[in-house]
Amino acid sequence: MTRLVDQHQRANTLRFSTCGSVDDGKSTLIGRLLHDCKAAFQDQLAAAKRLTTNESVGAAGEEIDFSLLTDGLAAEREQGITIDVAYRYFSTPRRKFIIADTPGHEQYTRNMATGASTANLALVLIDARKGVLTQTRRHAFISSLLGIRHCVVCVNKMDLVDYSQEVFDGIVREFSDFATRLSVPDLEFVPLSALKGDNVVDPSARMPWYQGKPLLRLLEDVHTASDRNLIDLRYAVQYVIRPDLDYRGYAGSVASGIVRKGDEVMVLPSRKKTRVARIDTFDGEIEEAFPPMAVTLCLEDELDVSRGDMLVHPRNQPHVTRHFEAMVVWLGEQKLRVGGNYWLKHTTQSVRVKIESLRYVVDVNTLSRDREAEHLELNGIGRVVISAVRPLYVDAYRDNRSTGSFVLIDQLSNATLGAGMLIERQPEQELPSAIAEWHDAAGASAMGLIPDYERVETEERAAQLGQLPVTLWLTGLPASGKREVAHALDRLLFEAGFLSSVLDGRAVRGGLSHDLGFSPGDRAEHLRRVSTVAKTLNDAGLITIASFVSPTRVIRARAREQIGAERFVEVHVASPLEWCEARDRAETYSRARSGELLHVPGVNAPYEEPRTPAIVLRPDETGFEAAAEALMKVLRERGYLSS
Amino acid sequence: MNRYRLSHLRELEAEAIHIFREVAAEFERPLLLYSVGKDSSVLIRLARKAFAPGKVPFPAMFVDTTFKFPEMYTHRDDFLSSIGIECFTYSNPEGKPLDMNPFDFSRQQCCGIWKTGGLLKGLTEHGVDAAFGGARREEEKSRAKERIYSFRDTQGQWDPKNQRPELWNLYNGRRNPGETIRVFPLSNWTELDVWQYIHLEEIPIVDLYYARERDMVERNGLLLPADPRVRPAEGEVKKVMCRFRSIGCVPCTGAIRSAADTLPKIIEELMVERVSERATRAIDHDQEGSMELKKREGYF
Repeated sequence: MTRLVDQHQRANTLRFSTCGSVDDGKSTLIGRLLHDCKAAFQDQLAAAKRLTTNESVGAAGEEIDFSLLTDGLAAEREQGITIDVAYRYFSTPRRKFIIADTPGHEQYTRNMATGASTANLALVLIDARKGVLTQTRRHAFISSLLGIRHCVVCVNKMDLVDYSQEVFDGIVREFSDFATRLSVPDLEFVPLSALKGDNVVDPSARMPWYQGKPLLRLLEDVHTASDRNLIDLRYAVQYVIRPDLDYRGYAGSVASGIVRKGDEVMVLPSRKKTRVARIDTFDGEIEEAFPPMAVTLCLEDELDVSRGDMLVHPRNQPHVTRHFEAMVVWLGEQKLRVGGNYWLKHTTQSVRVKIESLRYVVDVNTLSRDREAEHLELNGIGRVVISAVRPLYVDAYRDNRSTGSFVLIDQLSNATLGAGMLIERQPEQELPSAIAEWHDAAGASAMGLIPDYERVETEERAAQLGQLPVTLWLTGLPASGKREVAHALDRLLFEAGFLSSVLDGRAVRGGLSHDLGFSPGDRAEHLRRVSTVAKTLNDAGLITIASFVSPTRVIRARAREQIGAERFVEVHVASPLEWCEARDRAETYSRARSGELLHVPGVNAPYEEPRTPAIVLRPDETGFEAAAEALMKVLRERGYLSS
Repeated sequence: MNRYRLSHLRELEAEAIHIFREVAAEFERPLLLYSVGKDSSVLIRLARKAFAPGKVPFPAMFVDTTFKFPEMYTHRDDFLSSIGIECFTYSNPEGKPLDMNPFDFSRQQCCGIWKTGGLLKGLTEHGVDAAFGGARREEEKSRAKERIYSFRDTQGQWDPKNQRPELWNLYNGRRNPGETIRVFPLSNWTELDVWQYIHLEEIPIVDLYYARERDMVERNGLLLPADPRVRPAEGEVKKVMCRFRSIGCVPCTGAIRSAADTLPKIIEELMVERVSERATRAIDHDQEGSMELKKREGYF
């Protein structure tokens, strides 16, 4: 087998959505990618075989055969529009790409949502001459609503604006401003010309001011592995395999988490516990399974388990509930009826549901909410309250794309009318402590080695130190004064006789996380390490003062889970951007504005303010000492410090 | 984290297995359409994977047009008997009395009776409510927008304007009496994926796919086998090193000139190939939107 065949066999998949209308260059861009990737294979193969060929394959600037991309259906050709999601495929030796190509008009919001539902990345196209349009915003919003974490903004037709950096920077600023209102942790910008091939596959010599990667390189490199939820085991039983009386296997796909042979599992809804006896596949027994593997689980005990049941780890359970709230994208011609009954399909369950109320409808163009709205119409997006005739096993969509999603089905026509994404209603403190299971899985054997009587209990440490362990998590923009406040508080605690420790972004990055950068993937890993250290310090009885930008709610929710909700106090250091920027000696902001630094929250990456912080500090107004005093007060009031 | 990451082939495999199980759970009489081709060979492997160690809980059907390659009939019998899937052959009883063929009639008429007619009648006679097919979205323009669950009305017809949206991996299998679906577990596979998978899994395939020196005739740019059913003229037959990228009926399936006689060579050939695989299927070229037209009538 040749090296290339072998390499391609091991490639992984990236699914991305595109969106646009006829004249914004989308077809040209997709055509360019499809065409040049074929050429990339040809080049590689030629090089591998040391072929001498005079035929130039796929050089940038070559004419592309657009017929590959003409719209698929005769009905669309007649109307001259694209009305549906079209799937297109191409691959490089490193990755296979699946494009969900959707039309851009407002009346096709449902198609955009469909395309986005399976995508890892949204490719947002902007015509450099036109800048950020309503359609651009709509695509970005729907992508973020559907939980896409990576967004690449292609500023196309740079050839028509003389490859101007100024034009590009303006668009980056405008889009970044808008993106701060969305939940998109990973945002990249590429200036390109699909027609001329600039920055599509190869870096463009015509835009030397752009230091980033060309588009294909970005798509090949984007790190999506950490997007998956490997923590919360959710395994919906799909089909019972029973070839003979001695074998009873539960076939299903691992929606999230990792299941291992020997794991204790709980069956929902019966709540009976047993262990995984074996994990079977056609190719033999395996030791562990992870998403999106389709396997067959055999259990140690004979329990009554059937399709629609869910297997989970007993210490990490989904919400079992008949009532929930969700954002719903309406796909049907007939309006959503408040009070109406529908079928709902969620994982492998189908149940009858009733729409209890419509809280608001979102205007996809302005993101404003209409709380007076009484209907949800075709292509509308709204927040609804639903009750089901029997319980479902659900998680919030942002935590779990599988157990957090559902479709609504008409009871008469059986048409798919709506697509829903569950919203976490409970305050975050009441979230199931997902991370506990993760710790068990990772350290079960190690913990088994330490008999209980040798452990020093938390209570004992607290009694000796006169304090309860807690992590104060200071989040805020770069240079907002977090570190200064953290050290001031450390000083106050020390002088009052308490034991504390400061974990500071810059210090940790110089040591523990020196191998990591600032991309969202690296940031998540960085904060996972920080959270582990914070928890270790807490376990030793210390008060941890953690000072990290930690720009997204998701990232902070993870930290909260990992450290333990009861020990986690979120503090928002809310100095305004201008103030931060003015005192920023590290020049983070100016370098971000010049395009030198990417992923800087507040400039070219979003910063999501905490929704329910324990306290909001304004050191720009009060000074650092007063801010630290305020934190002391919080610690005392909440009983972490003995008086 | 590569340890917890599937390759694109294993991811496609998992997606297909999920679809097989979902249909088996929600439909009463599924059936797998087996054409002997590479795609349905992969389909069979995936069906077995979905239900192992149990048996595949539905039969396979081979729609015989009476014009298939001789190698296909042998391969079908050998392959299926070795894996224990129940398979029956169905041939449209209207075809024989008409002596339907693509020479005295048009290709459309021939396909209409043998292929589409045979398929629809076979499904109806067996009361099938879900038929698995090996079609892929990448194959042809009108297939790019096909759903994984493709609904057909009571006449077996497809309405491209009225397809159900498919989000995530939540497939809506609810249907009214008389409505059926075609299911395409290989929707997201490319031709290259199919070959890579055959290679990886060592799935036996009919020899026609490998380059061999064969007796051929050349007509209207198509390279056809010198089979009596093609009715070769005197002196028309020549030896050509070639292989078939896609196989169907002898008179209407062209070969490509190729030296790819092993799987890695076929894969390499595909990596650089610019022509669509169905380019060698005469039926696809007869009329603008030809495939879409046939699909609406009930063909795959």
